[in-house]
Amino acid sequence: MIVRQVLSRLLQALPTLVGVAVLVFVLVRVVPGDPIAMMIAPGASPDDIARLRGLYGLDRSIPEQFAIWAGRALAGDFGTSISLRQSVMSLVLARLPSTLELAVFATVIAIALGTALAVFGVRHRGRLGEAATDAATGFALSVPDFIWALLLMLVFGVLAPLLPISGRLDPSVDPGFVTRFYLVEALLRGRVAVAGDLVAHLLLPALALALPLAAMIGRVLKSSLAEEMLQDYVMLARVKGFSRWRIILGEALRNAAIPAVSLTGVQFTFLVGGTVLIEKIFSFPGIGNLAIDAVINRDLPLIQGLILVFALMFIVINLGLDLVYAALNPRLRHG
Amino acid sequence: MVRAGMFRLLANWRVALGGFVVLVFVVAALGAGWFSPADPLEQDLMLQLEAPSAQHLLGTDSLGRDILSRLIHGARVALAVALVAGILTALLGTALGLAAGYLGGWPDMLISRAVDIWSSFPPVLLSVILVALLGTGLHSVIVAIVVIDWTRFARVMRAETLKQRHMDYVDAAVVGGLKPGAILLREILPNVLPLFVVLLTLEMGIAVIVEAILSFVGLSLSSDVPTWGGMIAEGRQVIYQAPWIIALPMAALLALVLGLNLLGDGLKAELDPVLR
Repeated sequence: MIVRQVLSRLLQALPTLVGVAVLVFVLVRVVPGDPIAMMIAPGASPDDIARLRGLYGLDRSIPEQFAIWAGRALAGDFGTSISLRQSVMSLVLARLPSTLELAVFATVIAIALGTALAVFGVRHRGRLGEAATDAATGFALSVPDFIWALLLMLVFGVLAPLLPISGRLDPSVDPGFVTRFYLVEALLRGRVAVAGDLVAHLLLPALALALPLAAMIGRVLKSSLAEEMLQDYVMLARVKGFSRWRIILGEALRNAAIPAVSLTGVQFTFLVGGTVLIEKIFSFPGIGNLAIDAVINRDLPLIQGLILVFALMFIVINLGLDLVYAALNPRLRHG
Repeated sequence: MVRAGMFRLLANWRVALGGFVVLVFVVAALGAGWFSPADPLEQDLMLQLEAPSAQHLLGTDSLGRDILSRLIHGARVALAVALVAGILTALLGTALGLAAGYLGGWPDMLISRAVDIWSSFPPVLLSVILVALLGTGLHSVIVAIVVIDWTRFARVMRAETLKQRHMDYVDAAVVGGLKPGAILLREILPNVLPLFVVLLTLEMGIAVIVEAILSFVGLSLSSDVPTWGGMIAEGRQVIYQAPWIIALPMAALLALVLGLNLLGDGLKAELDPVLR
């Protein structure tokens, strides 16, 4: 059942992906700006320029270029980056795992922090604790993640130099790992020191991504949790003598979670998009950083490949979310 | 009447404080040439990364340029983008929102569907892609903001227009024989204007941030025009030697954005009869 659902959703996503590919391909080629002019040395002869143009296939018509590109893309070859002179596929595969680790780590922080805020606010309802959580969420929301990133960097990286502010791993450490999912692999291999260094590098960028989301989760979860606390079963549990903590954590939280889960789902896409900027700020070697450099260098093959990767990621994320909703809410299961 | 209304608005502390902060920046930007103690582009390589002193009130950057003057000139770019991009976004979004809400039927379906699809893209990524396509520069930044953010206005304005359309005064105008266009412009538009002002203020805060982000990553103006985002990027390079160089433009950016948000929130509370 689930397998068929996944397959049909993937098939539905295919036209979207093709549409994105065509659109990007055409747009990138009709706008002004010559990528060849960016890469040649000044004083190159017209012959050299023509030869380069031929090498990258830029001397043919746009439909012809697209046919060649699409044929190769299906075979997994997305061309060669003009600025980095490496295959787009290998560049993306080398950088994607670090972005995924960052995004997932940030989401975990956001969920933990948001839940803690909501539970704390409900537990201290009508007292100073609730006012303090409301003020904290309000403030976290009114400061954009760009500023959060810079503030965190300045406070915890420079004024109180506790954490590193750039890169993914200390350059002197060579983990010699097989995969690029460094954190996952370090944990699996039990390399505690390497894992610690990776987490230290992840902490500030992940926190910058997580804070606004944590505030949103906290706000939504708190209001649904407060509503849940008025239900009969909570009253019954209290009459039976369960402690408040036990009622909130053991009973009410699960029932109150659905609105917060769907909010997290929608916001996760935005968080992945936000990595573009955060990676740039923290010089974090992910695909977001790669994308900005590609844009600055007008590196057409790389830009195209990256946009497709982002599109594919969003499709997969949305598919995963639908499955999570179905698992949480039985009414959606046979929709 | 108008004067009494102004006083009532200013009695709201959010409006007063937010308005004051924004006003300070507007005055600084308008009189940039007059307030700046030095030429924001003049380099003095003998005085790099100077701490604040009597000669340079906020110190100098890595090329020995006066930071206070660069901040004041940076406010110009920030406010210009906020104003132009904000107003263009507001006009486009409001026009589409009014049309969708008032006409209903297929125009509504088309516009609402576009809003849904549009707002499912992550804005930062979309703006980087747009600037990649349009080329760097201030006009691309403005186009990117308008193209991305019109949905905010369209969504809210559509909902508000739908609500207004079913009110008695609109029925009265229809019975009175007014044409749809006239009803929209003369009857409904004045009633959604307060909401327009609130959204515009909040949008200006967003535009300031987007411009700062794009100039930070090097996709906005060229480096010979002082921008807060560009100053933040330069400060990032020397963050360990001279942390105040990154802190000052950050503080300016944060103050202006919080000021605009405060003003917008205060106006919302004052202008929305339900909230008041």
